[in-house]
Amino acid sequence: MNKNLINWKKYAYSFGITAAIFVTAIYISNFFGQKKIDEIRSIQDKIAIDILSSETQFALLEQASCEDVGGASALSSELENLENKLSFTERDRGSNDPEVITLKRYYSLLEIKDYLLLQKISQKCKTTPVTIIYFYSNKGDCSDCTKMGYVLTKLRETYPALRVYSFDYNIDLSAVQTLIGVKNVKNELPAIVIGNKNLYGFQSVEAIEALPELKPLKDALMASSTTKKMQNATSTGR
Amino acid sequence: MPDASNIIVYIFLFISLYYEIFLLITYFERRFEMQEENIPIGNRIKKYPTASIIVPCWNEEKTISKTIHSLLNLDYPKNKLQIIVVDDGSTDGTWKTIQKFQTNPQISIHRKENGGKYTALNFGLTLVTSELVGCLDADSYVDKDALKHIVLYFQNDKEVKAVTPSVQIWKPETILQMIQKVEYGWGTFVRKMLSYLGAMYVTPGPFSIFRTELFAELGGYRHAHQTEDMELALRLQTNHYKMVNAHNARVYTVAPRTLGKLYKQRLRWTYGFIKNTFDYKFLLFRKEYGNLGMFVLPIAFISLFSSLYIVISTIGTVITKTTTAYVKWQTIGFDFKPNGFSFDWFYVHTEVITIMSIIVFIGTLTILFTSRKMAEGHRKIGMDVVYFLALYSFIAPLWLGKALFNAAFSVKTNWR
Repeated sequence: MNKNLINWKKYAYSFGITAAIFVTAIYISNFFGQKKIDEIRSIQDKIAIDILSSETQFALLEQASCEDVGGASALSSELENLENKLSFTERDRGSNDPEVITLKRYYSLLEIKDYLLLQKISQKCKTTPVTIIYFYSNKGDCSDCTKMGYVLTKLRETYPALRVYSFDYNIDLSAVQTLIGVKNVKNELPAIVIGNKNLYGFQSVEAIEALPELKPLKDALMASSTTKKMQNATSTGR
Repeated sequence: MPDASNIIVYIFLFISLYYEIFLLITYFERRFEMQEENIPIGNRIKKYPTASIIVPCWNEEKTISKTIHSLLNLDYPKNKLQIIVVDDGSTDGTWKTIQKFQTNPQISIHRKENGGKYTALNFGLTLVTSELVGCLDADSYVDKDALKHIVLYFQNDKEVKAVTPSVQIWKPETILQMIQKVEYGWGTFVRKMLSYLGAMYVTPGPFSIFRTELFAELGGYRHAHQTEDMELALRLQTNHYKMVNAHNARVYTVAPRTLGKLYKQRLRWTYGFIKNTFDYKFLLFRKEYGNLGMFVLPIAFISLFSSLYIVISTIGTVITKTTTAYVKWQTIGFDFKPNGFSFDWFYVHTEVITIMSIIVFIGTLTILFTSRKMAEGHRKIGMDVVYFLALYSFIAPLWLGKALFNAAFSVKTNWR
């Protein structure tokens, strides 16, 4: 006769081990999650310091020349890195995560400050920087926003001097709402602001490249590639 | 806060890990006992009991001859072993093939109208006069020592009523057969652990051996949704009859070569499992039915849904990612950056689901290594394991989903 004895202790041990592994996994996940948040905060702090430093430079050298300020290089180079990491975290933790919302608000503020600083530099240096302000929504009401994001990333890769500032149209931040008001942006997303133009709906890479505002970037890119070709030809003896 | 689908995945991952840990603890508890079972038989069999092997066949002209020869080659006293071949109304050359064996005194051949495998087995049972009786599917071949290994378990424990073998794949050639080889190896490990837990719920068609008396006590084979080997095991469990597994008694079966044939076979097995579990639902969550009722059957049943859910959600993720890549390609063209790869730990996924999936995967690999050692005597990992890990999860839902559908809507499932 098969007595079919149940070893309850083994069930309890197995449960204990499984639960311990699960709790450890949760702990490890939280640990790395916090590390990532810390890293984003540290990048944000670095950008804040960069911006503050540039603003202070301006204040100190009100009468100084463009070269003294350092031209466009005074701008922080970390914005793109921060944006990528923030997007990853938003996909990972969800757009309703309180930590993500706080980080996004801070990031939006930094973007606006960076944008204002860029305007100051352009006045000082008499340059016309090319900027794109991009408004999106991830509430599920903007089917073309993902595609628009790809286009802007591609443009930024092609033209490193292009500065793209992206904002969640629905973010609960008065500074962004003021920017929307100042730039007179309607709730027809995706929306981009180039120079004084507001464009609504999906715009392809070609459509944006065809805008006269992008001509300086295209010319600079062409000049740089011609120089490279000439250098290559010289180095190969042709 | 994780959403509902994440919570479902957490639960399924927890159950999978719990099951793996439970089996591995059982393995470590019993590994010395298993080592003793691995000692060569030598002269340990004191008295060879008489045994009959029934070979039911239906349209098996290609393999039947080899099956019978493998039985004739068994290292077992000829006067103690009887082979009963029952042709269940074959329409091909099976009857002609088995007639070649009619002069062999060890073999008796019989022909009846087609009625299904269980009828052929019951027909064979009426002819049995030996102490032990077993069945061997006509597409399976036995190892020379298999019966001796099995007999040893009957000899060592008078309460043992049934002994199951280790079923393995005969000379796998195609990728599909190699996948099945790994799967059967996995089965060798699981069956042995279930044997230790007294929770086996299948007595496989290839070479499970029984004390003949149990058929007089419990009756013969039943139709049981074309999975008579599972029904018989559940009937034995219901009556608290002891079953054990002889993991060193090796039997080889010819695996389906094509996806269509594999699908039909597995559909029948899974459908039979679901229907038989319903027929024997009184076993579930009843302490008197031990580990089988409290743990193994419920887990096996839940695993049908968990496998299906996890694979469907994985396929969903793959489709989403592919669609995203397609949309990106459509929007900005091909965007490959050969020099753009740089590692940043930030982008490594560290969610609980990812970490738990990795841990469950490590548990699966541990069992695969152990089962390979048990089934083949080595732990070498070849391409078969790669195929198994890469493809099995994606083909199994084909029959899991259909079997659940058939069971839910009482759609008849055919043998072939």
